Amino acid sequence: MADVQKIIGDAVKVHGTERKALMPILQAIVQEKNYLSDEDMISVANVLDLSSAEVFGTASFYTFLDTEERGEYVVRVCKTISCHMAGKDEVINALEKNLKIKAGETTVDKKFTLLTANCLGWCHKGPVMLVNDEVYPELTPQKAVEIIQEHKNR
Amino acid sequence: MEIKTMKRVDIIFAMEGVDPVKVVENAIKRDQDDIILDMIDSGLKGRGGAGFPTGLKWKFTRNEDSLEKYVICNADEGEPGTFKDREILDRVSEKVFAGMAICGYTIGAREGFIYLRGEYNFLLKKLNQKLSVFNAAMKKLGLDFVIEICSGSGAYICGEESALFESMEGKRGEPRNKPPYPTVSGYLGKPTVINNVETLVYACMINRLGAEEFKALGTKDSRGSKVFSISGDTPNAGIYELELGMTVDSFVQEFGDGDTKAVQVGGAAGGCVPRKQFTDTVIGYEGIPTGGSMMLFNSTRSMYNVLHDYLEFFTEESCEQCTPCRVGCQQLLMGIEMIKRGERTPAYLEDLKKLAKTMKISAKCGLGQSVANPFVSIVNNFKEEIIY
Repeated sequence: MADVQKIIGDAVKVHGTERKALMPILQAIVQEKNYLSDEDMISVANVLDLSSAEVFGTASFYTFLDTEERGEYVVRVCKTISCHMAGKDEVINALEKNLKIKAGETTVDKKFTLLTANCLGWCHKGPVMLVNDEVYPELTPQKAVEIIQEHKNR
Repeated sequence: MEIKTMKRVDIIFAMEGVDPVKVVENAIKRDQDDIILDMIDSGLKGRGGAGFPTGLKWKFTRNEDSLEKYVICNADEGEPGTFKDREILDRVSEKVFAGMAICGYTIGAREGFIYLRGEYNFLLKKLNQKLSVFNAAMKKLGLDFVIEICSGSGAYICGEESALFESMEGKRGEPRNKPPYPTVSGYLGKPTVINNVETLVYACMINRLGAEEFKALGTKDSRGSKVFSISGDTPNAGIYELELGMTVDSFVQEFGDGDTKAVQVGGAAGGCVPRKQFTDTVIGYEGIPTGGSMMLFNSTRSMYNVLHDYLEFFTEESCEQCTPCRVGCQQLLMGIEMIKRGERTPAYLEDLKKLAKTMKISAKCGLGQSVANPFVSIVNNFKEEIIY
């Protein structure tokens, strides 16, 4: 279990406690545990002397600052036009079948969350997906499943 | 009208004989006003899409009386169909840094920031390594200017400059009212130059090559070259630097698959050019401007699906701060779905077009204002596909 107090402390050492430190601190927590719990946001609010509503209001604006529990690996498949034309539906279907969840859900063992995302900036090499920060362009359904399989074995 | 034929150019990615640190070293020996004159003379306009003259932006910020000023590189590339900034940062980041340093020297800023979209976090490690080398080189030159990276967290709207400042300040990425413009009140309320990644590389190269060489390319209204991100139905998807001022026809002859029925120029927020307008439409500020996104569609594609994708995109990415955009995007999307299902008559399309035009004049920022571009151009040119 990630020690959120320590993550916040380390981030404050680098970014300080001004309001502009909020994004990097929230990002540091998400980097470690993939989402922000209510308790995490309250802790950040206390350290930055903000209301917890301000922290939630900011976090909930950003797609990558999830406020719902996520799996160890967050898979984001691009669904925007070029990837759509290149076959993102087949990739998503294959992943849903392999992970036994629907897009938007997390596996029971909390290992994977499958999400769709807007343009990831790889339109010439679609379909593309991110697994946490790692990018996987030029997917086929089979290739996508192999990548997930490889992460299952990690 | 002046028209160019399709021509490849190699300024952005060329590294041979280009030492970015040396370009900065030479620039800071010059008077700041001379640099600005060169930048204005070059005719360089912002390459993010909006096309504001870069030299003027620098000049206005230089003229502001403030101890604190900032240079920001907008690397929140999120326009569907655009991927050039990622490639530029990956391959020639030092030229981006150099453009920022020259800007910092010119306007009197000591700090620069690169706002990198969260989707490009995989670039962070490499960029930070290169930055520490570059920052040390600036110190050695005696230039008081340091660059840092700020990360985004997945919000298209943060590419809008004032939303980007809000995000950097630790807030929701909601665009501000303008004026004041960033040159007067930007990041932390201080005068700020915010330029696109590609613009900063051209700024570096104009200082390296001189304004004349840049100006020799392109047309009167669209000087120089531009990096295009080409995707969709094309055998040659990828990134190409091309001279500005060619027609869509000349572009399609090179990049089309022989069956191109439409080109979406400028991403989801841009306009759709149908085949019958290819020869009359110039790619540039005098014709159809673009931040670089060129998506080609052949006759197998349904333009209803294309428009539906764009509207879904805008509905999800609207910051939902102002009513015209929040409600407008939803209604346009629901509207075309209802027409498709036969729950509304085709005449309803006219009402939707009116709504899109209302958004253009009443939405708070560029996102809501530009939804009319794809909507009206696709509906007008592919009406049958939208209805049936």
